Amino acid sequence: MERQVILNSKHFELTLNRLCYQLIETHNDFSNSVLIGLQPRGVNVVRRLKSKLEEILGKEIVCGNLDITFYRDDFRRREVPLIPSATNIDFVIENKNVVLIDDVLYTGRTIRSGLDALLAFGRPSKVELLTMIDRRFKRDLPIQADYVGKTVDTLISERVSVEWNEIEGEDKVVLFTPEANG
Amino acid sequence: MDSLSVEHLTGIKDLTKNDIDIIFKTADAFKEVINRPIKKVPSLRDITIANLFFENSTRTRLSFELAEKRLSADIVNFSAASSSVKKGETLIDTVNNILSMKVDMVVMRHPNPGAAKFLSERVDAKVVNAGDGTHEHPTQALLDSYSIRERLGEVKGKKVVIVGDILHSRVALSNIYCLQKLGAEVMVCGPTTLIPKYIHKLGVKVEHNLLKALDWCDVANMLRIQLERQEIKYFPSLREYSMQYGLTKEILDSLSKKIVVMHPGPINRGVEITSDVADSDQAIILDQVENGVAVRMAVIYLLAAKIKRQ
Repeated sequence: MERQVILNSKHFELTLNRLCYQLIETHNDFSNSVLIGLQPRGVNVVRRLKSKLEEILGKEIVCGNLDITFYRDDFRRREVPLIPSATNIDFVIENKNVVLIDDVLYTGRTIRSGLDALLAFGRPSKVELLTMIDRRFKRDLPIQADYVGKTVDTLISERVSVEWNEIEGEDKVVLFTPEANG
Repeated sequence: MDSLSVEHLTGIKDLTKNDIDIIFKTADAFKEVINRPIKKVPSLRDITIANLFFENSTRTRLSFELAEKRLSADIVNFSAASSSVKKGETLIDTVNNILSMKVDMVVMRHPNPGAAKFLSERVDAKVVNAGDGTHEHPTQALLDSYSIRERLGEVKGKKVVIVGDILHSRVALSNIYCLQKLGAEVMVCGPTTLIPKYIHKLGVKVEHNLLKALDWCDVANMLRIQLERQEIKYFPSLREYSMQYGLTKEILDSLSKKIVVMHPGPINRGVEITSDVADSDQAIILDQVENGVAVRMAVIYLLAAKIKRQ
């Protein structure tokens, strides 16, 4: 696999900052808005956005984590069953503006499951989508993000990984390309 | 690693510790699901499950039914009392007829030990044992250990005494296997006539004095006397049994530590356990029932994941 850093830690930080201000533009002081991160990797984006937004706005932002394992459309089509992560939504989403957050938007199937899972908690007044990386080709469903960190054009054989200081040791986005044979 | 090592759940004996850990981890997620406003997920909407109950049941049957419904499976129910079994049909024929109606999984309770294993070797469907005679009741053992884990943090290293009719209890046998696989110490306690002769070969302690057993343990699982399975008299009277092996509030309060009291139900209040113990905050009997749904959802979900369609 060939590795190529497509967002280094400096740009990573700038991107997150921009996303924060874009969110504030729409949601003002977040009095009726909540952030919900999709497990497993979307919660990292939420954690970072939350701390930045709280610093900027000087108030607490309501955040939750949502696991979509039981709503996936590929159950029994995989070799091993997926073991779920924790869902943690201890607030009412009824009539709230919800920003659904993930790290990479690709086929759109995860977001479709996420919407289904979200509605089990009530009827939000509006749902938006934020993603760190939008792999804009190979979307299987008509789903687009409202806030995008960076759009990348990738091949199906490639893989994009959003890495975090807290977990992998450095903030960056890496594009993995399989090496061409012979 | 993340898949069960078995194709059917016929007994705890066949499970590995890893299997039990996967079931518990999945059950954690389902426990959160059943406390949501909409207590339902769509995972099993293309799966049909038959609940075959050749023996009476309230809790287990309701619990399985709820678990299946909350996974969005389609279900059919069958009870021996109102079926063609009375007309002389064999078990295999009954089940094959039901399977011809395109059923993917069978949850079965049967009075004969080994019935679930027998069935699993002969029909083309996943089989979940909901109790086979005096042999095993795997989902009960799983929910018992799950409840201990929830109350005490972990099962490993805990001392658990199972009190009562060990001889006729499938709950006891499954619990012994499950607790031991998870690293707990197990003791059985009851009158000599109700303790199987070779039970020590399973590596459990045997004690005939209730007070000594309770002094030793962290958790006491009180079983019901299964009068319906007893063809001869194993003790002089229920009253005498109750005096020697019944758990009362006085005994509970006299112990040096606060033990956890469990009961698989149905309770015979005033026999193996008094009302004030059953309703005390040391009893986790209703938690066991709640966890039963989550654990059964996990078992069904993980087995259904192994059903392949072309």
